[in-house]
Amino acid sequence: MALSNVLEPAVSGFNFENSTRNIVLENGSEEGKIKAPKPMKTGTTIAGVVYKDGVVLGADTRATSEEVVADKMCAKIHYIAPNIYCCGAGTAADTEKTTDMLSSNLTIFSMNSGRNPRVVMAVNILQDMLFRYRGMIGAHLILGGVDCTGSHLYTVGPYGSMDKVPYLAMGSGKLPALGILEDRFKGNMDLEEAKALVSDAIHAGIMSDLGSGNNIDLCVITKEGVDYIRPHRESLYNYKRQAKYKYKPGTTPVLTKTVNQLELVHETVQMMETAGSS
Amino acid sequence: MNTRGLRSQLKDSVPVTGLCPQAGPYGVQDSLRRGFSSVKNELLPSHPLELSEKNFQLNQDKMNFNTLRNIQGLHAPLKLQMEYRAARQIQRLPFLPSSNLALDTLRGTDDSIGFQDILNDPVLSEIMGDPHIMTEYKLGVL
Repeated sequence: MALSNVLEPAVSGFNFENSTRNIVLENGSEEGKIKAPKPMKTGTTIAGVVYKDGVVLGADTRATSEEVVADKMCAKIHYIAPNIYCCGAGTAADTEKTTDMLSSNLTIFSMNSGRNPRVVMAVNILQDMLFRYRGMIGAHLILGGVDCTGSHLYTVGPYGSMDKVPYLAMGSGKLPALGILEDRFKGNMDLEEAKALVSDAIHAGIMSDLGSGNNIDLCVITKEGVDYIRPHRESLYNYKRQAKYKYKPGTTPVLTKTVNQLELVHETVQMMETAGSS
Repeated sequence: MNTRGLRSQLKDSVPVTGLCPQAGPYGVQDSLRRGFSSVKNELLPSHPLELSEKNFQLNQDKMNFNTLRNIQGLHAPLKLQMEYRAARQIQRLPFLPSSNLALDTLRGTDDSIGFQDILNDPVLSEIMGDPHIMTEYKLGVL
């Protein structure tokens, strides 16, 4: 449909047309202020640890939408490159889309140059992207990977801040998880120790934080490859339905039945001139 | 990286294209085409990122050219800007979406994906401008 008030072609990217309307709606009516719908947050505990041969990342699997659990088996460890994985906390859609775009950009890079991407590249791309939007994209990410320079673990905040440390926890359950990590972390652990440490850190987050829960996922990245263990530990409270809730046919009684026969009285066909536009 | 050359940006001003958006050909409010105006709408952007996003590519180019000038001398940005100007002129008719392939290759954005490639792709836009009016506006005859 060609509109006569469009003088320039549409601009791609974010569209701010409705922001004035939204502000008016939120501040408008005096009796009940109309609230914007809240985005689904992951309310998470994510953690990562560098061990002798690589990196272990861990995450819980609960996604909350305010007070309701929206997803019991949410996948929070996202694929970035064959040797780089990323855990995401914050707004669920933001972490998904950002990690997807990061993964696409790194794939194009490796096709162009014929090399495997490095973890610093992923961190730099993320920092540029998140700083450009001044924290409006709510993505708190933990990136871990093994490349030609070694094993690395980074965290990127929603405003573009970055930190490189041997052990990390993020999300609403990060304080209990950090407690466990601070207590038992040591350099050059072996695989089973590292997996147990991350798993216990996430478990502490699940027990002490309402926004984290359900199962624990682990992802072990080494030079040889990736082991994505989903789920590593299942929650004890798996709510299975106690009974079938389907109604049998015939449950609703039929009280009366009337049948009206419709007769075809008259049939006409009329040709119409539709108002066609270019 | 995007933060290099930021200091050389301090003297340049960011073009604030948000002011007087409703001006028509005679410099006054173009009610027929843009609707009624409100002073608040024209002065303040309603979203904190609106202006920064509108001018993002412009500011990036400015920053990169400034850095290039500081490193290699005045000739480098001049030559590049000449090529940009030539590439920017390769467009389809005003109401059809152009791929801007030459411009993208020059800028180096042909091998990266950002939100401007995923969201609101003009190729998939559901509304279209009237061809006659858009061409006349582009030629200045309107």
